[in-house]
Amino acid sequence: MTDQNPSSSISPGRLAEMSKRLFVKLGILPFLLVIAVIVFASMSDNFLTGRNLMNVLRQSVYLMIVSMGQMLALLTGGFDLSVGTILALTSVVGALVMASVYAAMPDAIWLAIALGCIAGVAAGTLIGVCNGIGVAFFGVSPFMMSLGMTSVGFGVALFLTGGTPVYGMPQAFGDIFGFGTLFGIHSPIYVAAIIAVLLFVFLYRTRFGRYIYAVGGNLKAAQLSGINTRSTLLWTYVLCAALAAVAGMLLTARLDTGEANIGASMPLQSIAACVIAGVSLRGGVGRMENVVLGALFIGLVQNGMNLARIESYLQTVVLGGLLILAVIADQIRLRYVASLKD
Amino acid sequence: MTDKARVSPAQRLEGDAHSSNAHPLLQTVNLTKDYPGVRALDNMNFELRHGEVHVLFGENGAGKSTLISMLAGANTPTSGKILFNGQEANLASVHEARELGISAVFQEFSLIPQMTIAENMFLGAEPTRGGLLQPGQQRAKAEAILQDLDFHLAPGRRVDHLTRAEQQMVEIAKAFRTEPSVLILDEPTASLTNHETEQLFRLVNRLKERGVGIIYITHRMAEIREIGDRITILRDGKYIDTVDAKTTSDDDLVTLMTGRVVGQIFPKVKFKPGEIILQVDDLHTPGAGGVNGASVTVRRGEIVGFAGLVGSGKSKFAQACFGSLAIESGKIRFKGEAVAKPKTRDMLKRGFMYLPSDRRSDGLMMMRPARENISTASLDVPPFSNGIFLNRRAEKKITSDLADQLNLSPRKIEREAGQFSGGNQQKLMLARSLTRTFDLIVFDEPTVGVDVGTRAAIYAFIAELCEQGVAIVLISSDLPEILHLTNRAYVFYRGKIQAELADDEITENNLLSHFFEREAA
Repeated sequence: MTDQNPSSSISPGRLAEMSKRLFVKLGILPFLLVIAVIVFASMSDNFLTGRNLMNVLRQSVYLMIVSMGQMLALLTGGFDLSVGTILALTSVVGALVMASVYAAMPDAIWLAIALGCIAGVAAGTLIGVCNGIGVAFFGVSPFMMSLGMTSVGFGVALFLTGGTPVYGMPQAFGDIFGFGTLFGIHSPIYVAAIIAVLLFVFLYRTRFGRYIYAVGGNLKAAQLSGINTRSTLLWTYVLCAALAAVAGMLLTARLDTGEANIGASMPLQSIAACVIAGVSLRGGVGRMENVVLGALFIGLVQNGMNLARIESYLQTVVLGGLLILAVIADQIRLRYVASLKD
Repeated sequence: MTDKARVSPAQRLEGDAHSSNAHPLLQTVNLTKDYPGVRALDNMNFELRHGEVHVLFGENGAGKSTLISMLAGANTPTSGKILFNGQEANLASVHEARELGISAVFQEFSLIPQMTIAENMFLGAEPTRGGLLQPGQQRAKAEAILQDLDFHLAPGRRVDHLTRAEQQMVEIAKAFRTEPSVLILDEPTASLTNHETEQLFRLVNRLKERGVGIIYITHRMAEIREIGDRITILRDGKYIDTVDAKTTSDDDLVTLMTGRVVGQIFPKVKFKPGEIILQVDDLHTPGAGGVNGASVTVRRGEIVGFAGLVGSGKSKFAQACFGSLAIESGKIRFKGEAVAKPKTRDMLKRGFMYLPSDRRSDGLMMMRPARENISTASLDVPPFSNGIFLNRRAEKKITSDLADQLNLSPRKIEREAGQFSGGNQQKLMLARSLTRTFDLIVFDEPTVGVDVGTRAAIYAFIAELCEQGVAIVLISSDLPEILHLTNRAYVFYRGKIQAELADDEITENNLLSHFFEREAA
């Protein structure tokens, strides 16, 4: 609370009051974005160039897609710790299927790519089906369920590959889905954009999207309003896993190999992207647009730290700190909401 | 502000018979509390004497809760003074208030569900010896307090296994850990049965004799008459008047509270009983304490009351018919069609709406906007959606029309549900029942924690629905509601129907005799 007279026209108190209202309305993300841009732009001349920013976008795409899925789980009041494993399993299964189909029929490049993608995404989504069934029908806490599935999925991925990367996918796969460009924009960005538009329509223009918010808002009230809460929860985790799986295939294309060791940082980073974007850990609150920005912000910070030559080990320290800062900011915001009320 | 309001109650009551003590027990002088943009309490002058029950009366949001939270040390005033026995008291925390013997029992329970009754009662003041807890001693002390209060509760029971009424009793018992000098009770009877309420009143009377001052908040007129000595009325955070509880009429009180003449609270309903909408034969639900063989018939154009003690199965009966509670056996016919296993979504489609009693836990999504809370049960039908895609314009239009119709205040449909007052939250629930055409609407305790002005609006709302030919079931623990609003009433007792009363048979005595008939035998 400020001691300034609220009626005085433009004063520091007025400014503080305005930024407080902005903070309550938008959360911490806009402030962090502004601070990050100022800090990194002053540290490196290359930061604010078009090429670098496009680079940031391209690198953030994978996290962005995973975060959109993570947001769905968070909206229902749960979360999905297994998104990293889903990436790994998708990559391994997709690459194995694609490589073996390609080896058997070297001429059928597109068939190999299609079958590989389908198999990979299906394998990843299967993890989500398990998560969903556990959470929705057996009442297992999302924490335990997705933690357990993390171990299961990772184990399967290592077992399938023996721990070594999978080679032998058709060259075209990586060329198109990893490095391909159209009008100077990389193909994964198109995929992310299409997903974002579809998800936006799903969340805000269909009743199923509203049901996700309702289930997270008050499970009992949703039930009494005739919403099938179990199927809503099940589909939430399936959708979350499917999105992570798509990100897994895109990353496989980028790496040109199937790897069981990718995605380890995804659970933390995707939850961080959502929380920084104002998604409530208690469920029911959060906007998709902000989550996209949240993922972009994390990409921006990583890129800026790379340009400023901050060691990669220290970068993880910064990311963890940011996540905690975001949660603290959320708590402070709640307190402000209670005091501002209007 | 009127001139009347500028004068403190002490001055105004000059010449009245004062108690032997020179100073009032507790007094506030120009107490003010500001929240950004809102003055929750405005120059409040309030006075509590030794050995009186002083009722605070006002609509939701009038400032009652703000006042008591400052008296209990849970909140600090922006300006003004609090005098305790004539001396200025600095109540910076609940702990300091407790040192002076000021204990409060708030509506929101401050109990830890996983702990036992005794552990909860002594939370923060556990008896220890040499730094070690003394559970035996704690238990004995708790036992003694509970016995003194005549509450039949075993101190070793876990709080989450208790009913709401029992939890309320524990909350009250907690205030008696130390000998209170001022006891603040915020709607303590909202979830108590009549029997438990009587027990509480006996207790209040005993405390009065000991000289304890009691601040009592309630919306129930009958309670004010029964135990109140003086009433202080608040409106919009301002002091309005202090009146004698025994000589002021209901109408005067309501006029003082609302600032306008409300007239009759209960509307005259024109009942036109028509075809049978709901017929239930011999319904059982699994588990102890459920419905145990109840049969009910509800017709179009009538209001059927479900009365009975808390836990008598009246609520569970309705939930089972609605499909939110499992059924063991029994026949349910809705609009002439047999329903073997009701499911909520299916029952809503058939035209059956159940509005739960506990807004916070079962009714509303507190962090979502009012608009979404109103439309949530009808998103699968036009005009809210075409099955898949939402029609957001229609949703906005319909919900704001409903907000107008129900006088939602403030009329902001994008405001979060949790930021409305209790009465307005209830309106959001009521609006839900108008989002599509229902043939049967069950209102479960529709006026708990709702002020008199809003109450009258809710009753008028129910009456109008009934006259339009909707079948209504009104589940209520508030006897006047059953007496004045229903044309037929079932009294539930231990999961069975104890009596069915119609028209003139619905009297207080008739109802009450069936509440307790077998318990007395």
